Amino acid sequence: MSLKIVVLAKQVPDTRNVGPDAMTAEGTVNRAALPAVFNPDDLNALEQALILKDKFPGSTITVITMGLPKASAIIREALFRGADKGYVITDRPLGGADTLATSYTLAQAIKKIGEVDIILGGRQAIDGDTAQVGPQIAEKLGLTQVTYAEEILSLDEATKKIVIKRHIDGGVETVEAQFPLVITVNGSAAPCRPANAKRIMAYKRAAIPEWNAQDIECDPKQIGKAGSPTNVKAVKNIVFKAKESRTLTGSDEDINGLIVELLDEKIIG
Amino acid sequence: MANFFQDNPEIKFHLSHPLLKRIVELKERNYSDFGKYDYAPENFEDALDSYERVLDLAGDVTANIIAPNAEAVDAEGPHVENNRMVYASKTYENLDATIKAGLNGVTMPRRYGGLNFPMAIYSAINEMIACADTGFENIWSLQDCIETLYEFGDEDQRKRYVPRVCNGETMSMDLTEPDAGSDLQSVMLKATFDEENNCWRLNGCKRFITNGDSDIHLVLARSEDGTRDGRGLSMFIYDKRDGGVDVRRIENKLGIHGSPTCELVYKNAKAELCGSRKLGLIKYVMGLMNGARLGIAGQSTGTSQMAYNEALAYAKDRKQFGKAIIEFPAVYDMLATMKAKLDASRTLYYTTSRYVDMYKTLEDIERERKENGERLTAEEKAECKTFSRLADAFTPMAKGMTSEYANQIAYDGIQVHGGSGFMLEYACQRLYRDARILTIYEGTTQLQTVAAGRYITNGFYGQVIAEMLEAGQAPASVGSADWCAEEFLPLKERVAKMAEKYNAAVAYTNNQKNDEFKDLVIRHLYEMAGDCIMAILLIADASKAPELFGKSARVYARHAASEVEKHYDFVMSATAEDLADYRR
Repeated sequence: MSLKIVVLAKQVPDTRNVGPDAMTAEGTVNRAALPAVFNPDDLNALEQALILKDKFPGSTITVITMGLPKASAIIREALFRGADKGYVITDRPLGGADTLATSYTLAQAIKKIGEVDIILGGRQAIDGDTAQVGPQIAEKLGLTQVTYAEEILSLDEATKKIVIKRHIDGGVETVEAQFPLVITVNGSAAPCRPANAKRIMAYKRAAIPEWNAQDIECDPKQIGKAGSPTNVKAVKNIVFKAKESRTLTGSDEDINGLIVELLDEKIIG
Repeated sequence: MANFFQDNPEIKFHLSHPLLKRIVELKERNYSDFGKYDYAPENFEDALDSYERVLDLAGDVTANIIAPNAEAVDAEGPHVENNRMVYASKTYENLDATIKAGLNGVTMPRRYGGLNFPMAIYSAINEMIACADTGFENIWSLQDCIETLYEFGDEDQRKRYVPRVCNGETMSMDLTEPDAGSDLQSVMLKATFDEENNCWRLNGCKRFITNGDSDIHLVLARSEDGTRDGRGLSMFIYDKRDGGVDVRRIENKLGIHGSPTCELVYKNAKAELCGSRKLGLIKYVMGLMNGARLGIAGQSTGTSQMAYNEALAYAKDRKQFGKAIIEFPAVYDMLATMKAKLDASRTLYYTTSRYVDMYKTLEDIERERKENGERLTAEEKAECKTFSRLADAFTPMAKGMTSEYANQIAYDGIQVHGGSGFMLEYACQRLYRDARILTIYEGTTQLQTVAAGRYITNGFYGQVIAEMLEAGQAPASVGSADWCAEEFLPLKERVAKMAEKYNAAVAYTNNQKNDEFKDLVIRHLYEMAGDCIMAILLIADASKAPELFGKSARVYARHAASEVEKHYDFVMSATAEDLADYRR
């Protein structure tokens, strides 16, 4: 059997290798100082797709990303590692999207690709850390979702059943679902295989197709800033200092005190 | 993120050598694969771009997958289970990574699934793999046995075996036996023709076989009944899928723990003849060994690089008497000399690789043309002969000198670490243990001096050195008269004086007309030739890239001059009468 697989990927600033100039004076991320990389969890997702392709020859992997035209670099990287094709969804009106608008846009792109068996994405991106886009896409497409996946244990064509190991607090959980579905993959899953020499040479100059909002039939009200109810009010650069730390015990008194304090500070509520 | 290619611009420098363009043109048959294969280059620039990208990939895999596994592989090592060899668990990870990265069949033609890269590029991957893990380099680089099968096997064998190696199946060369080590003429593994099944059968035992449970073996065996020398030996292909060879045991070694050294028992194992009968040792194993020796030069260079890296990092970090120990002349002297020997090793290694590329590619073209009833042109024939001779002279020089340097560098690497270097927590001790085999296998340094000996006594190295002093390269046609930058002219003069001493010592030795005397001093002459050649090559490199090699060229020239002086003094003051003092 052959599967149609879509992998969602994002080009992100490499926040794992932060230098002294990583933040601007205003406390925002200095993107110019950080190299743009393939979001790490998305590489784990790509590996799960490649493992499926190894097991089910003839399967196709399409990678999509939303971002600036330079995000084609990660599509190319995915091709080097074994993906079959990829698209960059790029358009000025798509800029400033929050997770709602992003998931809408990506869902539209998936619809354009057509019938898909499995949609894989990383659990979250290292720049936003929301972990919302994958689940929202599943909701928008009306598909089952399995999050925090670590390994696809089995897949049966006849029954369309897929068994997935999930990473949960303190252990693992094995779940069964039917595809089509959306799977978000945890960073603890198998690392992505390296690029391949022949593929590097074959795809080094391949044109990476771009789709704009119109190509994927987006409603202008649901994309970019217009489609994003989230507003960033302010970004603060918080520097924790050792002297500000306190040690709390597990007593009811200490815990209640902490909850009240956090409510007062409007950190939770 | 670490990357052994990007982090070592010295490797990339060797891609800029003018001879590479000619090599690639020949290897690519004027780019005739372009359009036929989606990964074939259109022209030299395209090819070079592809090489750099693939070397970047290899730099990533070696730095981020293989190197981090090296300690665990060293600790675990392989073992035998039910007569089969089982690698250390992380070795499987390394193999999986190199296979998925497509770093197999690197030099093989595309029609068999290879990358069709020149040896010079394969050499760069090779040294990075050795840098990551000296022992794993053995397993990976045994893929170059396929060169021998490709050269001497028939088309049917090529079609059956080369694609398998390109897909990552491993190889071994089964040569050594308990009573046939350096003296391979004594090989006794018996090959008999099985008329009934129309195949050969192998019976006997092999020892010290690196990666001996590989998928495809090249086996040296005695096919001619009643013979006792090299003329009765033929080369066979044994396919593990056919069965019949058991792993009896794995050696417990000082170093390269990840590389399984096997004792093999052949029990009527089915095999097929590779090439012609009786040419096994005389022709094919010599080819196999020359390839392997170049491989060891790469393994030595990579190991030296890692030993230097470890020592440098430690010397910067370790503070004594209120400052980092790298600031003390006694320590920076060691580090500078290590780096100079490393750069000298590398330049000799790539020079030799290019020579091998030139003659092997021309020979391959000759084979292709013969099939169409055509021949090499007279110019091509002469070119092939020139480079074949240079490769033959430089291979034992590269193997011997770089492996000796690797040991010296690994030794000093521990010395820089002081007491900590003697503790097993630091990688420098593994490198020291791993380096030790480099001067021994694939022909000891002493055997390299024998192989190089005739080029010493017949004056060939002397000619080469003269040509190199004139043009910076040998043959002179590859270099140019203005090869030496002005700032390095005093160094060039110094090497010219070293060459005079070398030539005088050779003449003195020849005049003794005593073979035993010659054999006693040959190591000294061998090192003098190596010192001169590497000094010139480094000065030429420094003239092009002073920021990369300037310091090393100066440090090496001083070191080499003092070495030449020492050897000169030894040779010129020795006489045949002294032999008695050495005989035991």
